[in-house]
Amino acid sequence: MNRKKLQKLTDTLIKNCKHLTERQGTTIGLDRNAFRNILHVTFGMTDDMIMDRVFRGFDKDNDGCVNVSEWIYGLSVFLRGTLEEKMKYCFEVFDLNGDGFISKEEMFHMLKNSLLKQPSEEDPDEGIKDLVEITLKKMDHDHDGKLSFTDYEQAVREETLLLEAFGPCLPDPKSHMEFEAQVFKDPSEFNDI
Amino acid sequence: MGVALRKSAQWTAAGYGTRTLEITPLNEAILKEIMIFVESFIYKHPQEAKYVFVEPLEWKTNLDPSAFESGYIVSETTVKSEEVDKDGQPLLFLSVPHIKIRSFGQLSRFLLTAKDTKLKEAQACIEANRDPVTKILGLDYNAMKDDTSVVNILDKITKDGDPESEIKMKLGVLLKHLDLHLLNHSLKHISLEICLNPAIVKNDIEQLKHLSGKGEQTVLESIDYTSDYEFSNGCRAPPWRQIHGEICYVVVKPHDVETLCITCSAEGVFLNGGKTDDEGGINYERKSEIYKDLVTFLKEKSAKFLENMSKQIKDVRFSEEWDKEKELNEAPKKEEEPTLQKALPASGKSALEKNQINFGKNQMTKRLEPSLNWKATVDFKDHKNVLRDTQEERHGGKLERSGPIVSAGRTQLVRKSAEKIEEIISESSSESEEDEEPPDHRQEANADLPSEYWQIQKLVKYLKGGNQTATVIALCSMKDFNLAQETCQLAIRDVGGLEVLINLLDTDEVKCKIGSLKILKEISHNPQIRRNIVDLGGLPIMVNILDSPHKSLKCLAAETIANVAKFRRARRAVRRHGGITKLVALLDCAHNSQEPAQSSLYDARDVEVARCGALALWSCSKSYANKEAIRKAGGIPLLAGLLKTSHENMLIPVVGTLQECASEENYRAAIKAERIIENLVKNLNSENEQLQEHCAMAIYQCAEDKETRDLVRLHGGLKPLASLLNNTDNKERLAAVTGAIWKCSISKENVTKFREYKAIETLVGLLTDQPEEVLVNVVGALGECCQEYENRVLVRKCGGIQPLVNLLVGINQTLLVNVTKAVGACAAEPESMA
Repeated sequence: MNRKKLQKLTDTLIKNCKHLTERQGTTIGLDRNAFRNILHVTFGMTDDMIMDRVFRGFDKDNDGCVNVSEWIYGLSVFLRGTLEEKMKYCFEVFDLNGDGFISKEEMFHMLKNSLLKQPSEEDPDEGIKDLVEITLKKMDHDHDGKLSFTDYEQAVREETLLLEAFGPCLPDPKSHMEFEAQVFKDPSEFNDI
Repeated sequence: MGVALRKSAQWTAAGYGTRTLEITPLNEAILKEIMIFVESFIYKHPQEAKYVFVEPLEWKTNLDPSAFESGYIVSETTVKSEEVDKDGQPLLFLSVPHIKIRSFGQLSRFLLTAKDTKLKEAQACIEANRDPVTKILGLDYNAMKDDTSVVNILDKITKDGDPESEIKMKLGVLLKHLDLHLLNHSLKHISLEICLNPAIVKNDIEQLKHLSGKGEQTVLESIDYTSDYEFSNGCRAPPWRQIHGEICYVVVKPHDVETLCITCSAEGVFLNGGKTDDEGGINYERKSEIYKDLVTFLKEKSAKFLENMSKQIKDVRFSEEWDKEKELNEAPKKEEEPTLQKALPASGKSALEKNQINFGKNQMTKRLEPSLNWKATVDFKDHKNVLRDTQEERHGGKLERSGPIVSAGRTQLVRKSAEKIEEIISESSSESEEDEEPPDHRQEANADLPSEYWQIQKLVKYLKGGNQTATVIALCSMKDFNLAQETCQLAIRDVGGLEVLINLLDTDEVKCKIGSLKILKEISHNPQIRRNIVDLGGLPIMVNILDSPHKSLKCLAAETIANVAKFRRARRAVRRHGGITKLVALLDCAHNSQEPAQSSLYDARDVEVARCGALALWSCSKSYANKEAIRKAGGIPLLAGLLKTSHENMLIPVVGTLQECASEENYRAAIKAERIIENLVKNLNSENEQLQEHCAMAIYQCAEDKETRDLVRLHGGLKPLASLLNNTDNKERLAAVTGAIWKCSISKENVTKFREYKAIETLVGLLTDQPEEVLVNVVGALGECCQEYENRVLVRKCGGIQPLVNLLVGINQTLLVNVTKAVGACAAEPESMA
């Protein structure tokens, strides 16, 4: 990959969200709200909490703003990431407090909206708790009641479906394709990269 | 006899004077049993037959005095038996129309005399003498009550020493045996009968729901279950109430009376105490008469219902269903009602009961009764379906043959799960094909369920009520069950999981689809599940998925189709929804990928797609029309192309498909044209036994014409064939190989080659101890070889004549044809005749 082409690619990717990037000047990049807007509109994500975590995942230097290189880096995981990269990224997103483990509480937090509330049930959280137990049984290989990255990695390698086990944090295939179609309108430009 | 008569026999409810026995199959059966007992009594127990009853059995007879013959003193209006008791009283005294009989001997004779009318006489006798046992043995006999054990009886006999009481005892024992016999007998009948069961109730409620709503024309304002949860046995009542036979509770709001809270139980329908204040509890107490079904009940309670119902019944579609339902259920239901009403007063009459002989059995039967009823319902569910099946088939045999889908669709709409069996069986009748159509074993509702069942039920609940994330987790967890196990497969189906899984395929969520297909792929190894998937309309959806841009989705869908399309109806469904074209298109993947320079990863995925496509085509190619469709879709060149690859996994389904299709003339021509033989021969040299088998089989099918046979030789296929003969462990492969050799040896040049490879000696060695399929081919090959002199000599030298002649005694026609041909060929040689 030569520098020239890389620059071209970067330009295209930035151009795509130009109106958002340049609002605060060219160098700053995306703030939280703008970023969330993109996630929502372009990549069809809905969960506030997850989107927040995705922002943190992109914003490597924690300055509350996704700059150009962070944006490009994040997109590379989004669009062209290998399984390893995606696993690492997803785990970071799911590990809400960043302690290197996904605890039961974190799971509960992420799954709490995943079941339709059934009015007949006395404890509406019962189902969620049960779901957390099911997930642990499936993924917690060392039986310590929380998921380490090793647990997570092993489970995902066994069953790729579990990559986004606690909520969608990668673009779904449809918006993925749409985004690519929109950004790389002229495929000939990149075909030889 | 007492217990049976009291409990089982069905008396009419009418309270005037003597009650009469209803004419029902059960009563008839009981009467017949009693008659057989009485008639044979005189021969079996001559001693006891002389015993004089304490009181005579009296009833009104229709028998004419003139019917009595020898042994009786007959006058115009009276008949006396010549047989008299100690006091000189006749044991039979008829004074038209009253008759008194005082011994079993006379009773026997009387029934013999009555001939055709004996059933009526027996009925009249039983009706007039509601307590025959007391009359026969006397009241004192009843001193021994419930608590009497057999030991006590024996005690009494030995103590008394009185011959008469001994006979009395024996008689008592005999009657007791009859009683037990009758109970058992009637049990058989009861178990065949209908009382309400969850399916009927559900159906009734469903239909009433259709006819309910606002407005004057509807039959009801509303009808609703009190509970949304339906147990796997179809009941909605809580388990502790199910024990009482209760099925569900419904709240009905008719137009003209206030809301009714109704219990539907196995015994019938009645008004309960209504909802109690505390959250949804129900006062289970019965507050009304029991009615035989919901409609009868509502007709009684609501005039408006009655009126509108009769209007509705005129509605053709409804009445059609309704009548059918009625026709099937009415008669038996009627029977149930009196039994029940009988049972109720019976419990109140326990004081009276004490006057009966009970031999301690009574208690037990009494305790058994409720549970018995319930069990009968469960058994009955299956039984009824079978009944309906036959009915259905008789009714619509022709119709269904022409359009099974239409009629099945209608049935499915109206009657849900319980009727699935019906569909399957009725359709299979129009689908007479070689595929085995296994009967659908439904799990008995109350049978012990494995723990997996409950876990799976829970997971299905999350599948239903979860978003994408929860669904994926539930799917992954479900995949961890041993899906190859039938209990799990059926559990998924029985808790309604199949519907959900198939519904998921229709969503946009790729991950859910993948997860769902992964499960469907596994459980579709089960023939019953396959049928259910087809019934639920899973195939069209899966066929659509074949268009998806996701390779893994395509693969899974194709693999699942490959599993499901193991029977004809499924294969037809695949074709009708354009699946064959799409599957053939899958085969193309591998080619395209070679053009653009893509990574090997993509290549591998494309190969996988093509493999799955071939796998599905292999399953589908078992139907003639599909073979045609594959050819028309341009499948042959693609298959030929795939044959050139070196992926063993891929080659097996490809060759398998070709082998299936090669039975068609068109294909054989195309196979020649596409130079497929070359590759088949190449793969004969592979290490994989299955692949070898299918290649040999394909050659067997194709080598019908000379050109192909020559091709096989030219590509050096004869040598591997000959060498495969030496491995006799895999019988299927051996049959395929010998078949290929047989067909190839029709050409002289090939025979020469075979001789060169010493195949003839090996073939002779295979004449013994082989399955028939192999023998047919071996003998066929030898028959061809023996057309030449040298080979005849060879066969003779190897001792082939004797085993050949031995095979002449077989019964397999094809074998015999080949054997005679071979023997005939050998017989051309004078030396062989020796």
